[in-house]
Amino acid sequence: MGNVTEQVLQQIVNGLSLGSIYALVALGYTMVYGIIKLINFAHGDVMMVGAYAGWFATTTLHLSFIPALLIAMVVSAILGVLIERIAYKPLRNATRIASLITAIGVSFFLEYGGMLVVSPQMRTYPPVFPDTIWNVGGIIIKYGDIVMILTSIILMILLHVIVKYSKIGKAMRAVSFDNEAALLMGINVNNTISATFAIGSALAAAAGVLMGVYFNTINPLMGIIPGLKAFVAAVLGGIGIIPGAMVGGFFLGLTESFVSGLGASTWRDAVAFLILILVLIIKPSGLFGKNIREKV
Amino acid sequence: MGKRINRQSVVTLLGVLLVYAIVQGSILMDILPPFVALTLIQVCIFIILSTSLNLINGITGQFSIGHAGFMAIGAYMAAIVVVKFQGPLMLALLAGALVSALAGFLIGLPTLRLKGDYLAIATLGFGEIVRIIFLNMEYVGGASGFSVPKTITWTWAFWLMVISVVIIRNFIYSTHGRACISIRENEIAADVMGINTTKYKIMAFTIGAFFAGLAGGIYANYLYIIQPLTFSFLKSFDILVMVVLGGLGSLTGSILGAVVMTVVSAALSGWPEWRLVITAILLIVMMIFRPKGLLGTKEFSLSFLGKKGEKNASSKD
Repeated sequence: MGNVTEQVLQQIVNGLSLGSIYALVALGYTMVYGIIKLINFAHGDVMMVGAYAGWFATTTLHLSFIPALLIAMVVSAILGVLIERIAYKPLRNATRIASLITAIGVSFFLEYGGMLVVSPQMRTYPPVFPDTIWNVGGIIIKYGDIVMILTSIILMILLHVIVKYSKIGKAMRAVSFDNEAALLMGINVNNTISATFAIGSALAAAAGVLMGVYFNTINPLMGIIPGLKAFVAAVLGGIGIIPGAMVGGFFLGLTESFVSGLGASTWRDAVAFLILILVLIIKPSGLFGKNIREKV
Repeated sequence: MGKRINRQSVVTLLGVLLVYAIVQGSILMDILPPFVALTLIQVCIFIILSTSLNLINGITGQFSIGHAGFMAIGAYMAAIVVVKFQGPLMLALLAGALVSALAGFLIGLPTLRLKGDYLAIATLGFGEIVRIIFLNMEYVGGASGFSVPKTITWTWAFWLMVISVVIIRNFIYSTHGRACISIRENEIAADVMGINTTKYKIMAFTIGAFFAGLAGGIYANYLYIIQPLTFSFLKSFDILVMVVLGGLGSLTGSILGAVVMTVVSAALSGWPEWRLVITAILLIVMMIFRPKGLLGTKEFSLSFLGKKGEKNASSKD
């Protein structure tokens, strides 16, 4: 029996590490959706760019973990704002389908443009953390697990403080509540949307660096599957709701590591998408969402 | 529509026969390079895929991005019938299309209640699930792929394409097709006017899936080998680009989009990254400056050649 408990606890540790990545990426999805009602398909690829920026900072510039993380976040934030200004802003009043297609286009542009720039081969992340492994009653906890969970919790608290108490956070909530009313109240809607993209992209970059450090390798297509899964997490928690994205991310991470733990790791991705379809069918507004009646 | 046979349909028929004859002639005389022959058959496959996706996305106004999933079902089913049961090609193609249509029906039933973005994501999820299922099925070769003998010829591919396009065209101009268009224009209004919107959405989705399955069957029986990776999101995206490029809601637009994109991809096949970067930029620029696509919802017609062309007649080039 002890063995089973150990295994369960081990999968919980793995699931929380994985879940913290999904949660960080899902936050960006949910914030952007909340403010301009757009599924930013390119979000996973912004994460990839962040991972590469972090890789560049650690290998070429020989920086340690925290400066590399900050550089990656800044680079991705700028990229996020640029994407919004160039590709999404002209389409703000266009149909939802048009902006969705554009987002898919941006995503492919980053993936294959990235391949042209950094070549399709895999890159190995240098070991930025010590290889310390703690064995707590048979459960293996890596140094990376701790850093990953801690970093994401710190970033989430930071995000919460920004959204709840800062001026820009207030503006974000106002714009997401009612775009036009916010404009009439003298809020600079364009800057607020840019800020949302910047914050979301910075969080994605942090996730990208953590992923690179944790799994050791990065490649230009690394953002696709985690991006889609983070989207699943965002939908699961209720898209547009920030705490929902965090819970959804950790839930998805845990589910996946349990599926892998049961020996069905090739089915992992299918389970994530199955959860998505089930959530969409049973409760499309997500775990934390409220049902909003549609007016004619 | 007036007379059944008019100048437009005669001209179209002659055009179709001419295209077939020229290609078939050059195949018989053995002057067609194999690369060109491959591209031509791919054009036929993609025309079936793009027109059937257009039925769902452009005509009915639903947003599906999981078309490769249906293609995969058709391809694998057709391959199973041919390889495991030694069935005739026609039966295999039909089986693939029917199973795919059934999958479309079953998937459409719950998911078509969803709107816009959510439907898009659900179909994307479906496409990925299908791919992962085939990836894990040792019966059909798993990740390494499933070899199928090559039995599709230009004649098969071309005439199946023509039949598919004619059926989809006739569907669009039928009562059912008009109902689908009314759903695109305003779902609530259509509902109020007494149109059973769920029924028509599922009908369009199932027909779309049927033809995607057929295209998959043709693909499987032409390319020697099918792998789950072929039917990834990338394939759905390629088909979507064709439909959007040609114009959502325009059948001739989809045909044009399929021809242009397949030829462009073939020309850039030596530089796969560039192909996708160019496609992506094209798509973004198109959405910003001409979101309707090349033809919008209009149909390309040869009416300017005749004195009084029929409106809305479709033609193929």
